Amino acid sequence: MSQITPEDVSHLAGLARIALSEEEISKLTGELGAIVSAVESIKEVATQDVVPTSHPIPLGNVFREDVIGETLTTQEALSGAPDHDGSRFRVTAILGEEQ
Amino acid sequence: MSDITHVSAAEIARSLAQGEISSVEVTTAYLARMEATEGVLGSFLARSSNALEVAAASDQARSRGETPSALAGVPIAIKDVLCTTDMVTTAGSRILEGWIPPYDATVVTKLRQAGMVALGKTNMDEFAMGSSTEHSGYHVTKNPWDITRAPGGSGGGSAAAVAARQAPVAIGSDTGGSIRQPAAFTGTVGVKPTYGGVSRYGVIALASSLDQVGPVSRTVEDAALLHDVIAGHDPHDSTSIPTPWPSMADAARKGSQAESLAGVRVGIVKQLVGEGISPAVKQRFDQAVDLISAHGGEVVEIDAPHCEYAVAAYYLVLPAEASSNLAKFDSVRFGLRVTPEGNPTVEDVMSATRDQGFGDEVKRRIILGTYALSAGYYDAYYGSAQKVRTLIQRDFAQAFEKVDVLLSPAAPTSAFPLGEKLEDPLAMWAGDLTTIPVNLAGIPGMSIPMGLAKDDGLPTGLQLMAPAYQDARLYELGATLERLITDRDGVMLSMTTPEVI
Amino acid sequence: MASADLMDFDKALELFEPVVGFEVHVELSTQTKMFSSAPNPAAMEAAGVDPNTCLTPLCIGLPGSLPVVNGTAVEYSISLGLALGCDIAPVSRFARKNYFYPDLGKNYQISQYDEPIAFEGSVAVELDDGSLVDVPIERAHMEEDAGKLTHVGGATGRIQGAEYSLVDYNRAGVPLVEIVTKPIEGLEHRVGELGRAYVSTVRDMVRALGISHARMERGNLRCDANVSLRPRGQKEYGTRTETKNVNSFRSIERAVRYEVQRQAAILAAGGSITQETRHWHEDTGVTSPGRPKSDADDYRYFPEPDLLPVEASSELVESLRAALPEQPVEMRRRLKGNWKFSDVDFQAIVNAGLLPEVHATIEAGVDPAAARKWWMGELSRIANDRGVEPGSLATPEGIKGLQHLIDQGRLNDKLARTVLLAMVDGEGSPEEIVAARGLEVVSDDGALIAAIDEALAADPGVLDKIREGKVQAAGAIIGAVMKAMRGSADAARVRELIIERAHQSS
Repeated sequence: MSQITPEDVSHLAGLARIALSEEEISKLTGELGAIVSAVESIKEVATQDVVPTSHPIPLGNVFREDVIGETLTTQEALSGAPDHDGSRFRVTAILGEEQ
Repeated sequence: MSDITHVSAAEIARSLAQGEISSVEVTTAYLARMEATEGVLGSFLARSSNALEVAAASDQARSRGETPSALAGVPIAIKDVLCTTDMVTTAGSRILEGWIPPYDATVVTKLRQAGMVALGKTNMDEFAMGSSTEHSGYHVTKNPWDITRAPGGSGGGSAAAVAARQAPVAIGSDTGGSIRQPAAFTGTVGVKPTYGGVSRYGVIALASSLDQVGPVSRTVEDAALLHDVIAGHDPHDSTSIPTPWPSMADAARKGSQAESLAGVRVGIVKQLVGEGISPAVKQRFDQAVDLISAHGGEVVEIDAPHCEYAVAAYYLVLPAEASSNLAKFDSVRFGLRVTPEGNPTVEDVMSATRDQGFGDEVKRRIILGTYALSAGYYDAYYGSAQKVRTLIQRDFAQAFEKVDVLLSPAAPTSAFPLGEKLEDPLAMWAGDLTTIPVNLAGIPGMSIPMGLAKDDGLPTGLQLMAPAYQDARLYELGATLERLITDRDGVMLSMTTPEVI
Repeated sequence: MASADLMDFDKALELFEPVVGFEVHVELSTQTKMFSSAPNPAAMEAAGVDPNTCLTPLCIGLPGSLPVVNGTAVEYSISLGLALGCDIAPVSRFARKNYFYPDLGKNYQISQYDEPIAFEGSVAVELDDGSLVDVPIERAHMEEDAGKLTHVGGATGRIQGAEYSLVDYNRAGVPLVEIVTKPIEGLEHRVGELGRAYVSTVRDMVRALGISHARMERGNLRCDANVSLRPRGQKEYGTRTETKNVNSFRSIERAVRYEVQRQAAILAAGGSITQETRHWHEDTGVTSPGRPKSDADDYRYFPEPDLLPVEASSELVESLRAALPEQPVEMRRRLKGNWKFSDVDFQAIVNAGLLPEVHATIEAGVDPAAARKWWMGELSRIANDRGVEPGSLATPEGIKGLQHLIDQGRLNDKLARTVLLAMVDGEGSPEEIVAARGLEVVSDDGALIAAIDEALAADPGVLDKIREGKVQAAGAIIGAVMKAMRGSADAARVRELIIERAHQSS
């Protein structure tokens, strides 16, 4: 049975970088539990022998030539940025480590 | 021509070509209509600031003998999910409030090159997640047929705009029914092309393997004309189909002239006409089917058993892909930035921004999608849902060996009251049961009006489905049925939207 | 930072068996990035490109942007897979690796997960003593690089303590091939040396293939070293750590040895190894802990829906296979034989990472000994002084031109070094510099005799000494003449003339 707990939701919110409030976590725990129960049924038909479909229309080998195309100017790139120094995007201190 | 807004886009194009009217005059009429009705309807999020200049340029080009397309000079509304360099683009979300993209979507470029006149960006459920447009971060759009009712979603803005004559045609996007269901609710025509038929470049992504852009109109011919403008291979979109498309407008014209449906085989998908379909919708659907047999069409019952699992599979595939697609909204490069008190790390800023900038439905689906992809759960959820897609494709492939087109209602009910389904996500999601299988399979689908529901007098829609690559079949049969239904009722439903002001 | 306890390396190896693995990231030198047609900075000669000038919407993850695969990058990847002795997957797929980090652009990296382009290979690597080791390759897959972060406000320029960070996305999307070895056992004391030799081999391989500039100092080639220890006799592998930021061949060897010593000390004291990513510090010669691997690293891989599978036809694979250059080990053995260098001299060139340069110079027509002398001598010295790679200072054609002038007798060694410095500083070709600066050896006897006369006038007794058989007395005159002519005299000729004069007078 799919028992979703508030800890599960909290963990998922962490992975998704969303600072959910206690109230939101509580509400989502209930909703997610119901949803996951509702979708469990697909396991019945999704058996070993069925190949998953990632692309509805089968195409393959879609490549482009190694030729420079239209680029953004620095100004265009920074145009939507909440904070920048004229040449780079600026963010507050980073906690985590590079991968 | 007393009021140009009462005629189809094809008719406008004809008048422009004949020199009976100018694009400036047409555009002015639609802008006035928007002005008069927007207070009630709320179809738009942004309005173009240079529509008349573009219209004037179109008239000048025409006077020089240049007509870049059949729809040159015709105004159009664009769902706010497509990037436009000259209008704020938000995908209906506060997290993109005020954002001006530095590039145009390929479809937008095609509309501009076709000489069409963009009137504005239409309202939508946030990031196209919804079936009523009530999840827009900005405001609710009303259904012109009854302003206490939802216009459908996620593309309620485009559908309402076209139904209420604020624009002759519009662009929508469809991931699980977001063009077709609003078409059913508002008595208009909506088409989701074969997956890959229209470029997704510059279309703010919801579920990459399901999203498609398509036309919204009041007639099948108008949708066909617009389809011809926007379809085609785009090297910027790896999933776009390389083979050229035949003319949908030709198919529509051929269909509208057909006298009989002899030789046409249509299939009724058992799983899409049973449980969940309201009696009033079923009644209109049965009527439409009778009309087909009466004109020589062969009607076959089709068993597509895996359609029963379609909604479940969809609400795993979509949230999973969306959770990844929406990760880019993190306060760093564009969009909203919320900086909490104290010395927040960038992770704190990202998390606060996303909690505040995303609405509840978006957060719900991101969390669900993250779950479906997470370690230990992938095979059971996302992996299994991708298998259901294979099974549904198989069901449809088998069906299309027996029939040319499949039919079902485009929505299980007529437009529901605003607010009715907001507290129950599962109930809202169940409303997509007839449209979702089409996106999962990647095949094309169309909704055309099939008559007002007997109980509430609101529009209902007929869905046509064809095999992948056979979009023209939809236009041909759709045009025939449109004519037969119009003849039966004595009036074209899409042209009889009640006045809202 | 408290320094860790280290066990003596040999002692560590008595108690424990080291097992190592290496992940090498190669930046490809295609004109454009992996999934977008933005210019690729890894292909550029210039080191410094202005920030955020090599971008398309995809590089900064703009809403609505979509990836399109660079066909040339795929071919390069297949070639590299083949050179690594791998099987090439008939169908391979891209996958999204989902995590949040400001250098990513869209907060997922497009990579390959369970369907990589190449798998199950083996590379012959030559150790310092000439013995060969077959390094087993698990897989090689295609992915994209991330942008660059600059941390501002902290004491060390690193993340800890920084006030804010600046992001440059030029590098975001640069094509990468990640090569992963299987665990390598049995190298014992030579684990560090193997790491160095393996990465050096990969570097030579990609340069010979022409698919990457592989400049380690520029990050075109990056190595992560995995190290674990298991007590002698134990079957299961121990817990491993992954050390990043090893930016040179020397660092690899040192970092591996350090981890062996650090882990041995912990295990011998009864502790256990934390599975984590560590950071190598070249200046202090230690590794420091990064964030421990936790379930926060759930990447939620799924097939990339925006990209279609890569179906490498056997025709393509075979045509790329036919175009492969020699394997590095074979090439090295052949060259060492041809050039007639001693093992020690040859290995020194390899360790300096200058084999491609020396090779190209000899191919251009320069005598092997001369090529070796210039690259390992003067150019390495200048490079060291300036903190750059020798390869960036000169070209094979330039060395050829320079050596030619020496062979013609127009330059002596001292003058040649002056000309070389001028070449490095961009003053032009050797011929141009010699002409502009008037640096040729003076062989005109008239001028030499005049200078000799002047020098003899100041020291007349020299001629007598020479006649008495003390030929070395000529040295003082030679020195004086060289000084007077600012080194441009042909010293050998001056000596001849002095001795002639000495015997003439008798």
